[in-house]
Amino acid sequence: MSTVLQTRDLCKSFGGLMVTHHVNLGIEIGARHALIGPNGAGKTTLINQLAGVLAPSSGSIWLDGAEITHLPPHERVRRGLARTFQINTLFPHLTPLEAVTNAIIERQRAELSVFQRRFFRLTRRSAELDEAHALLTRLNLAQDCMRPTRELAYGKQRLLEMALALACRPKVLLLDEPAAGVPEAESDELFGVLGELPADISVLLIEHDMALVFRFAERITVLVGGAELVSGTPAQISDDPRVREVYLGKRRG
Amino acid sequence: MSGSAPPVSNPSESRWQALRASERWRAPEIAFWVGLAAVYFVFPKHLLFASQILITGLFALSLDLILGFAGIVTLGHAAFFGLGAYTAGLLGKYGVHDPIVELVAAAATAGLLGYASSFLVLRGGDLARLMITLGIGLLLFELANQASDLTGGVDGLQGIEIGPLLGVFSFDFLGKVAYLYVLAVGFALFVLVRALMVSPYGLSLRSIRENPRRAVAIGVPIRARLTNIYTFAAVIAGVAGALLTQTTQFVAMDVFSFQRSADLLIILIIGGTATLYGGFVGAALFLVAQDRLAHLSPEYWLFWLGILLIFTTLFLEAGVVGGLLRIETLLRRRFGGWR
Repeated sequence: MSTVLQTRDLCKSFGGLMVTHHVNLGIEIGARHALIGPNGAGKTTLINQLAGVLAPSSGSIWLDGAEITHLPPHERVRRGLARTFQINTLFPHLTPLEAVTNAIIERQRAELSVFQRRFFRLTRRSAELDEAHALLTRLNLAQDCMRPTRELAYGKQRLLEMALALACRPKVLLLDEPAAGVPEAESDELFGVLGELPADISVLLIEHDMALVFRFAERITVLVGGAELVSGTPAQISDDPRVREVYLGKRRG
Repeated sequence: MSGSAPPVSNPSESRWQALRASERWRAPEIAFWVGLAAVYFVFPKHLLFASQILITGLFALSLDLILGFAGIVTLGHAAFFGLGAYTAGLLGKYGVHDPIVELVAAAATAGLLGYASSFLVLRGGDLARLMITLGIGLLLFELANQASDLTGGVDGLQGIEIGPLLGVFSFDFLGKVAYLYVLAVGFALFVLVRALMVSPYGLSLRSIRENPRRAVAIGVPIRARLTNIYTFAAVIAGVAGALLTQTTQFVAMDVFSFQRSADLLIILIIGGTATLYGGFVGAALFLVAQDRLAHLSPEYWLFWLGILLIFTTLFLEAGVVGGLLRIETLLRRRFGGWR
């Protein structure tokens, strides 16, 4: 299988502190790939470099065979790399319908004329509104799609995180702890959505919840101290003594 | 309640009723503009003052575009107003007397300055933005002061001659033509701004204000869009400045002053940010109150202004207009038949 997203010798340091250490991560097309590691392993730093929010100190990032190391974040989104955030990063006063429609229109910017974008009313974009509503329905957000985001329950806001990323129609989806803070009772809804992601979207999942990781991932990379410790199938990872030592073993310690 | 979810199967036009209603012109808006037209007949002796209010309102609308809708703070918005004022004034003094031509020229110079300075302004955080805009304002003020051969310096730019509007309507002493002219230009620009704000473009601006990190993550090119709206706001400020020159046939250096930028901020915040009408309402309140209270004593004016400002910021989320909208919602909830 070929990779859709690849890092080559990616390094990032803050002053003398090396937070990403020669990482060569490859995400295959259609992958369900999880990135795990103890706190401070540099998982979110890595995601931020992939998304273009942080510039790597050296090395390169490739999406679909093209180098994207120096592209601005919005340009990466346009090329099919979308992300969610560990902490809800939403638009408090916009409704989910507005927020998702905004993302869809942005995706289709090239197809709209200047007049359509600036002087036509938003409701004239009924195709985009319908698409947004369909997506929100799929994520069990249809009931709340006309309320301001800040009034939504936390679990619903987590779902909206996903909806916004999916609205970009990504080839690669970076999920930064999608279940973070979601109470048990509501997590089934979220797991269900994760399980139903279209097969052609490649997913890189960062997660602390091992149950979710082993349920969802087909491949796991363990990051320790900014460097890749080992990659393999869930079975290989859970049997690996080094992983047990640095990560799984300490979990209950 | 609107809680019941519409059926998923039929993506009909009617589903976006609520959204569509929020885009439409509402009755109070129409009343507002009809009221402004009526001022012409009701206060024929105060038309020059009324023109000033409209011009200040238009200027505040331009600030609302960047502060209210895009979330860019500034203390130097007078730079664009002043540049527009001087552009129109200098043209009027040195041979170009057609008001419309002057207006277009003022819009162009202010827009150019807006575009160029946007790259400085949009770099940093809020504090940096305040300081850079303040700096640009001070810079232009001093330039106008030093280039007194051209600008007249502290004495102001005099000898400005404004030709008849469209070659037909000469500006009169009572300001009748001036008022209708300012109202027409203001309304035209308002319609344009309003259309922008209920368009997909306006939605993307709101998303940037609400959460720039997320806006980037869904593919909004923030820099380009902010540069764009900053330039457009500068254009409107420039037009407002030119209108002041044309209706007073004089340019004082204080068009560039820090006081003007600061007053503008106060006007918009009292009137209400991101409401489209906050600028006009704030300008009317501010200028009328200033006019009335200044007769008593200047300290008195500042005292009440201070109280009003503190009260608005603490208790009215979106100024006077926001407060009125809230009262309307409450009344509607209590007495209204729908929603």
